[in-house]
Amino acid sequence: MSAAPGRMEQSFRDRRAAGRKLLVPYITGGLPGWQDALRAAVAAGADAIEIGIPFSDPVMDGPVIQEASQRALDAGATPVSILHEARELDVEVPLAVMLYYNTVHHAGHHRFAEQLASAGIVAAIVPDLPLEEAGPWCEAADASSIETVMLAAPTAPDERLPRVCARARGFVYSVGLLGVTGERSALASTATTLAGRLKAITDVPVLVGVGVSNAAQAREAVQVADGVVQGASVVRRLLEAGADAVGEYVAEVRAAIDADI
Amino acid sequence: MTLMAEPSATGRFGEFGGRFVPETLVPACQELEAAFRDAWADPVFRQEYRDILRDYAGRPSILTECHNLGRRLGIRLVMKREDLNHTGSHKINNVLGQALLAKRMGKTRLVAETGAGQHGVASATAAALMGLECKVYMGAVDVARQELNVFRMRLMGSEVEAVQSGSRTLKDAVNEAMRDWVATVGNTHYCLGSVMGPHPYPWMVREFHRVIGDEAREQMSTSFGGDPDVVVACVGGGSNAMGIFSGFVDTGARLVGVEPAGGAAVGRGVPGVVHGMRSYLMQDEYGQVQEAHSISAGLDYPGVGPEHSYLASIGRAEYPAVTDAEVIDAFQLLSRTEGIIPALEPAHALAWIVREAPTMQGATVLMNLSGRGDKDVAQMMEILR
Repeated sequence: MSAAPGRMEQSFRDRRAAGRKLLVPYITGGLPGWQDALRAAVAAGADAIEIGIPFSDPVMDGPVIQEASQRALDAGATPVSILHEARELDVEVPLAVMLYYNTVHHAGHHRFAEQLASAGIVAAIVPDLPLEEAGPWCEAADASSIETVMLAAPTAPDERLPRVCARARGFVYSVGLLGVTGERSALASTATTLAGRLKAITDVPVLVGVGVSNAAQAREAVQVADGVVQGASVVRRLLEAGADAVGEYVAEVRAAIDADI
Repeated sequence: MTLMAEPSATGRFGEFGGRFVPETLVPACQELEAAFRDAWADPVFRQEYRDILRDYAGRPSILTECHNLGRRLGIRLVMKREDLNHTGSHKINNVLGQALLAKRMGKTRLVAETGAGQHGVASATAAALMGLECKVYMGAVDVARQELNVFRMRLMGSEVEAVQSGSRTLKDAVNEAMRDWVATVGNTHYCLGSVMGPHPYPWMVREFHRVIGDEAREQMSTSFGGDPDVVVACVGGGSNAMGIFSGFVDTGARLVGVEPAGGAAVGRGVPGVVHGMRSYLMQDEYGQVQEAHSISAGLDYPGVGPEHSYLASIGRAEYPAVTDAEVIDAFQLLSRTEGIIPALEPAHALAWIVREAPTMQGATVLMNLSGRGDKDVAQMMEILR
């Protein structure tokens, strides 16, 4: 298929081989207190962090992350300022960014990939860049050793999933439900179904995100998947209660997914 | 390449267009593309569409020569009267096509975005007619300035949600409609209101509006001795302009799409990607999409349909801008001289004609009067008070 795994994928594969389930909290970059929240999440057992780069028109995000993005933008956050702040973080786990494609397109593919690399970012998730449109970015990202995480959706027919997995670097982001980011009262049945379909065809780590809303749902998801991404549930705590609450929550999820079945 | 034909396999018009949507929506866009391609090649569907345009929307729309205003401006001024369609604008052409297609695809629910409310009203109309559930997203700012249209939609049984995010205008209504569609894609068709969005929408919506240009070409030939020298339409997303341009793109006519000064995507934007497409887009130095500001809710959009970007990039069409003040004057001018109250959107097209008439003396100018002004009367009453 391709070159050796990148830093994040290798780290995930190693941890998975050691029997660990993977936990990736999402934190909106530029939101007041975001760096403290990120360090708290790492200290509480995150395996990597997804840093959101806020965009004016976040079509894959529900109300919580929309609000966080807007607050960060209102506070003056830009891709450049967030990457500058990311450089100062000095944490041990791999850092990914989640951003919308126009941020990349506007800066230029190669230039942006280099900006990520020089800020110490190892991976990128671009939710509005599907497989058919991803070529130019992926090429630039590969050249700068940025792992492009591909999303797989519950609506994908069987023939599509192997192509998504073949292009995925870092991990495959298994979208948990039909809908945008946000907390739900129960884990959708689509979450484990899709994760199972992906696990059957790839050895790239499979993480479930979108609609994994609490420790119990994370535990349910990792019965099938290699790990979870936790977005709105983390960001809501940062918005409402600050960095310490993020650390406590990540520790709670960590304990839940580590517990013996 | 033949202009205004089918886009490339990836939905490109030159470098513009494409399908930049979340993975969840890729199969839906593919399914829609296949369904539209199939339907558009099916004589039965085409006949059904023609019949409903004639018997329900009231097509063909007439051409009206504006003798009084034309004399005053020193031009021959002809209007394509899309304002006389059922629901009061050109929007009904696209909506009836998409609603028929949605039914053919077995969808039971429509979602739509709306700016001024014309597309929302048209969607609510088609949904009522065809027994589909319908939810319309409308920016909270627009809900306030277009409350009559909100009432119309609700009267016809549609749900209207005021969108509170971002700039609370058309672009945010599009975001919210897309979020709805991501969650409901199984039973829902996104009835997008302009020649924008991911492939196949820019192509499909243009084809549904092609009837405007086809009729006008024939009517010009029959009643006005041939093709016009200039074809003018307003451009927000650009559907009414695409409709009338499609009839004349292969003639020598000058094609003019008029943008609002506060939402001049072609005039002031650079290529960007939002709402599923690569096109000219008003954005800041980091690629954040900027808010459009115009007197007309229907043109308050920072992007533009990708085929307009293409026509601009190859120089086949031009995209000047007019100010709100020029639009207010044009709105009153047409009302006084011709007894026709235009919507604020086509008043942009007229404002450009008034400004440029001295350079077009003796020319035949065809303008798409894309909608009637009833919806804007309350707002204009405040402005002119």
